[in-house]
Amino acid sequence: MRFAETGYNLEIDLTRGNIERVATAPEDSALYLGGLGTNAKIMWERVPPEVDAFSPDNLLVFGTGLLCGTPAIGCNRTIVTTISPQTQLLAFSMMGGFWAPELKYAGYDKVILRGKSPGLVYVWIKDDKVEIRDASHLKGKGAVETAKLLCEELKEPKAQVAAIGMAGENRVYFASIEQSRSSASRGGLGAVMGDKGVKAIVVRGTKDIHLARPAEFMHLCDEVMDYIKFRGENPIPGVIPILAVLGSPQEMAIHDEKWHTENFMWGNARVRRKDFWSEEIAREWTRTMEEMRGRLISCYNCPMHCGATISPPGKPTYMMKCFSKLTYTMAAFSDLAFGLGIAQSATEYGVDGYSAPQVMAFALELLEAGILTENDFPGMPEDSEGRFYWLLDHIVRREGIGDILANGTYWAAGQIGKGAEKYAHNNIKKQEQLPLKLSMLNPVYFLMYCTGEKLNITQIEGQFPQAAFPAREDREAFVKDWFQVPDEKFKQYFLDWEVRGEKSIPSYPTPEMCCDIVDWQERMHYIDDALGMCAGLSSFHLKAPYHIHNYPKFISSGTGFDMDEATLTKAAKRYRTLVRAINTRRGMRRKDEKPPADHWKKRFPELEKELLDTYYTFKGWNEQGIPTEETLRDLGLDYVYEEFLKRGVYSDNGAAPSQAGPAMTGKEV
Amino acid sequence: MATQKKIVRTIKINADLCNGCRACEMICSAFHALPKYSSNNPARARIRVVRHPLEDIYMPVYAGESAGAECAGRDKYVIGGKEYEECAFCRAPCPSRNEFREPDSGIPVRCDMCEGEDKPLCVKWCITDALTLEEREEEVEVVEQQEELDIGLESLVEKHGIQKLLDAVARMSSSSKIFE
Repeated sequence: MRFAETGYNLEIDLTRGNIERVATAPEDSALYLGGLGTNAKIMWERVPPEVDAFSPDNLLVFGTGLLCGTPAIGCNRTIVTTISPQTQLLAFSMMGGFWAPELKYAGYDKVILRGKSPGLVYVWIKDDKVEIRDASHLKGKGAVETAKLLCEELKEPKAQVAAIGMAGENRVYFASIEQSRSSASRGGLGAVMGDKGVKAIVVRGTKDIHLARPAEFMHLCDEVMDYIKFRGENPIPGVIPILAVLGSPQEMAIHDEKWHTENFMWGNARVRRKDFWSEEIAREWTRTMEEMRGRLISCYNCPMHCGATISPPGKPTYMMKCFSKLTYTMAAFSDLAFGLGIAQSATEYGVDGYSAPQVMAFALELLEAGILTENDFPGMPEDSEGRFYWLLDHIVRREGIGDILANGTYWAAGQIGKGAEKYAHNNIKKQEQLPLKLSMLNPVYFLMYCTGEKLNITQIEGQFPQAAFPAREDREAFVKDWFQVPDEKFKQYFLDWEVRGEKSIPSYPTPEMCCDIVDWQERMHYIDDALGMCAGLSSFHLKAPYHIHNYPKFISSGTGFDMDEATLTKAAKRYRTLVRAINTRRGMRRKDEKPPADHWKKRFPELEKELLDTYYTFKGWNEQGIPTEETLRDLGLDYVYEEFLKRGVYSDNGAAPSQAGPAMTGKEV
Repeated sequence: MATQKKIVRTIKINADLCNGCRACEMICSAFHALPKYSSNNPARARIRVVRHPLEDIYMPVYAGESAGAECAGRDKYVIGGKEYEECAFCRAPCPSRNEFREPDSGIPVRCDMCEGEDKPLCVKWCITDALTLEEREEEVEVVEQQEELDIGLESLVEKHGIQKLLDAVARMSSSSKIFE
């Protein structure tokens, strides 16, 4: 008997219309946990590097976290993996909502899609009954609209739906998969789903999920619940509001957006507006929010209120998620009312709220610079808001210039030429990043930006304060109840960290300390991504209810696996290394590991080299960032080493051929 | 008439505070699993959240007594412009629907306020306070147990006469073990 997990995956071959329920190996769960860990194992074994994002041989894996469907609070994430059309590397993005637990209750840990359907279909999973059904009537429909129509069509109001909108159908490189009040947005997962001809996966489950040692597990849940209450009543002093409490309350509940609007860049990640936030704007934006916002809502089994229903005037209601609240507003130099309005269209179309606004702002910069001309934008309105709507509509339909822009700024710039490349300035590994441009290099963030393979800073940072506290007594107070640290040395790192002088950035934390800090933060995110835990109750936060000390107990009492801090740390390192191995095999090398050139004004090439060298060594990777034989063997990844040898990975010294063109352009007719 | 004190336990459902997370369904099914907490399955829960986020419908409903037959007609509420699904507020497991039944056996379930716990687990897990427990003491009349029987007997006497009834009781008590 399997505990916490179901022990079965659903394998769906869309080319042949074949569906199989396949038992999984318990040993894999013990070594790679679930979610991202076992997804990565499947991607390594079954998707060789020759396979393109839009090949029928690419897989699209919907993996539930190991503890999804158990009573673990906030554990509801689905980890979706595939080969990204945009980065051509492994894409993995997480979505909260209700889908993962529902799939567990239906009796499956993962849904693995392969092949391509000849026509648009949806997958209907009701416990043991699984069908591939015609979805031609849903073509062009919005993602939210599709979910509603399918629940009505199937007469299953409790079914959970993961769907794509028009962007996914037309293989826009930054198309998302939308689900409830959440989405898997990064890396173009929606484009791969559209390429496979799958409009939606609908799930309803009515089976049991078991625990190995229930009393112990429930006691841990009680502790987490008590800590969530404590944290809510005792915000952390000295940090910005979003980091002082759990969840992401700034999204919908908190109106004070001084920090985001004044510190993040507007337009195409260009303009900082230092004195933007005023009393008048605060009043106006608060009024907008009060007029449009319905209820504050959460994902499955979570007491937070990170999301909200939004009803923009004259438009249907939708569920807002994450930082989309501000990205469109800031890209268009507009106001909150515009941002909340266009996000409704963007959610129905299904696009990534980070990439989409930047692509549009990038297009307008090119127009301003004369690289693109009025002829490229026939019929586009004059006003900024109207232009953004026009661009969004053209991108998701791949019409006119929209067909090029739909490939994201990196590929679009290459296709447009004429110096457009320098306008695609805010990318890492070909993907648009948060619009942040800062002054002094931060060594911890340098390493996270360079080596993070999730390509999203918010999905690697969190456990360690982002900046030094000016007053020593505040630092002392901060470390006092900081029991989440894996080692006492982290407290000392923080206590000694000064705002100015010798022990300040960029030379402090030292490269060795930076390795520890980055490794800890990354590890916690990778653990969350295997367990299905929301980062909002865990790795994104300082002093979170879940940490390295209680996670092993959750896993062992939930699943029955032997697990302590050392075993868990090693498991996380195993599949983290496997993620890197997949990308290494696809040609990723040291040359790809750099932040946007203009991310910091003050750069230190020698220090940066030392940081990266030290970190690679610390991680057991060679000077190209490739895991070494010793590292791989120690983690039981001998099969990776054999494959690396066979493919000559160690001998190519960073000169691995990167593919010259985008995966495939043009819309599918 | 004599009175006695009774503790009345009420779960106050503030639907306005519900964030729709369904932790109540999950923990209810876990508490009622055998052994306790060994499994969970919201489809077995004795509470369900009628939940339609886009219509702003969030309505936790508890399972009550099972109805042997479905009602002659059904009801559908519209409150504040929001149309709730048919029989949304009804607590009864009923032949007309699958709500409040074990998904495998079809056996009806009923909220028992989590017997043996300080408070129902749904209340404990709902830290958004959509579900809270209220307890109050009430003076209730001591109901005379005989009353109901008296009414029944009186109607039998009226129909058959007292003598026939006494004869019948005598016959039954001498011939049947159930009166021993």
